[in-house]
Amino acid sequence: MELNSQRQRLRAEFRQFVDAHVVPGANAWDRQELMPPEVVRQLANHGYLGAVVPVRKGGAGFDSVEFGLLNEELGRGCSSLRSLLTVHSMVALTVSRWGTEALKTQWLEKLGQGQTIGAFAVTEAEAGSDAREIRTEAIESGDDFVLTGHKKWITFGQTADLFLVFAKSPRGHCAFVLERNTPGLVISPVHGMLGTRASMTAELRLEQCHVSKQNLVGAPGFGLSHIASSALDCGRYSVAWGCVGIGQACLESCLQYAGQRKQSGALLREHQLIQRMITQMVAGVKAARLLCCHAGQLRDAGDPASIIETSIAKYFACRTAVEIARDAVQIHGANGCSSEYSVERFYRDAKIMEIIEGSNEIHEITIAKSAFESVPESVAITR
Amino acid sequence: MEQAKEKLRAFLGRHTGGRVIGDDDRIFAAGFVNSMFAMQLVLFLEKSFQIAIGNEDLELKNFQTINAMAELVERKTARS
Repeated sequence: MELNSQRQRLRAEFRQFVDAHVVPGANAWDRQELMPPEVVRQLANHGYLGAVVPVRKGGAGFDSVEFGLLNEELGRGCSSLRSLLTVHSMVALTVSRWGTEALKTQWLEKLGQGQTIGAFAVTEAEAGSDAREIRTEAIESGDDFVLTGHKKWITFGQTADLFLVFAKSPRGHCAFVLERNTPGLVISPVHGMLGTRASMTAELRLEQCHVSKQNLVGAPGFGLSHIASSALDCGRYSVAWGCVGIGQACLESCLQYAGQRKQSGALLREHQLIQRMITQMVAGVKAARLLCCHAGQLRDAGDPASIIETSIAKYFACRTAVEIARDAVQIHGANGCSSEYSVERFYRDAKIMEIIEGSNEIHEITIAKSAFESVPESVAITR
Repeated sequence: MEQAKEKLRAFLGRHTGGRVIGDDDRIFAAGFVNSMFAMQLVLFLEKSFQIAIGNEDLELKNFQTINAMAELVERKTARS
């Protein structure tokens, strides 16, 4: 799929940014489990945190494919930083799509310019793939709701300024924007994760947090079906492209390494079993990118099919990223098992992608159901 | 209104294996549809009828049945 000149220009700009500001530090950030604030500021200064916010609201107003290309390039450099773009964009998009005019006025420009960093808080210890299991409660009290519960594995929860928090109320599931300085919100870091170690993961304890009813996004009862669903759709799209970036990074590392490393008297690139792995990487990255582009075009057209096509793209791209990263470690041998080489980080990060924003198994159920739904139950079997 | 209902019936049919859904059947309560369907429905309404569904439209009564959605479309298109 050929990119138009605007997208080619943006892609080159994103690549330059990642090569200059992300690639050199990514391994160290991973080891330190820390995202330097100046990197986040650079992302904001370039306008990238406003990718999904309309230009008239102070954002970059990228179309879906442009947003995807940004995710691919960031994913090529550092999945932890890409995950910031993911969760921040999920919050910004939600405020833009479903927020009241007051919430849009209060937050959208700040989110678009990266002055306020957003994070998405649905997951709990007992509520992962099935968000309906969340136990965080929202009880009405005068002009407020009182939130009580415990959120876990919240990406960039350590540093975010604004959380999109999901809770159940007697009138159904609700979504709220909750400021970091809200009394009763206790944030603690989570360390020792397998991958995306620099994504500043946190637990949130909501201890009788009072939040104004004006901070409610959508009506009670629509918190999961519409608010979380549309945010997660954005998240899946972002992760899918990020996985293309992981695959591309692995491919580029392997092409370089196989052209320098000699075994049995020949460069690795001359070994046919290495060539097979490289071929599978090339084909996998291209196929995943095409699925992402297709989903992006449908998203820009407002096509309802964009939702299932995004699921398909995410499912394929993250599985492909894991396979490619596994082979990249294999090609690098013992070096690939060392933190001196990025491929071991890519492998760990890729594995995370098969779990977040819908595990592989959830997507398998969803995609298969969608396929069956498209066939009338009464259709005659063709023999 | 009848044209809107016809489009809605066709869309719902595509997502329910061709099941025939009555204009007053409660589509979510009946469990005909999967978890992604709510947003697919929003996108379908927006694209097919050139309307924007926003915060103010998020009321259960607007999406429960084919009749309710046709009325929502009529109200939204009359305003624009």
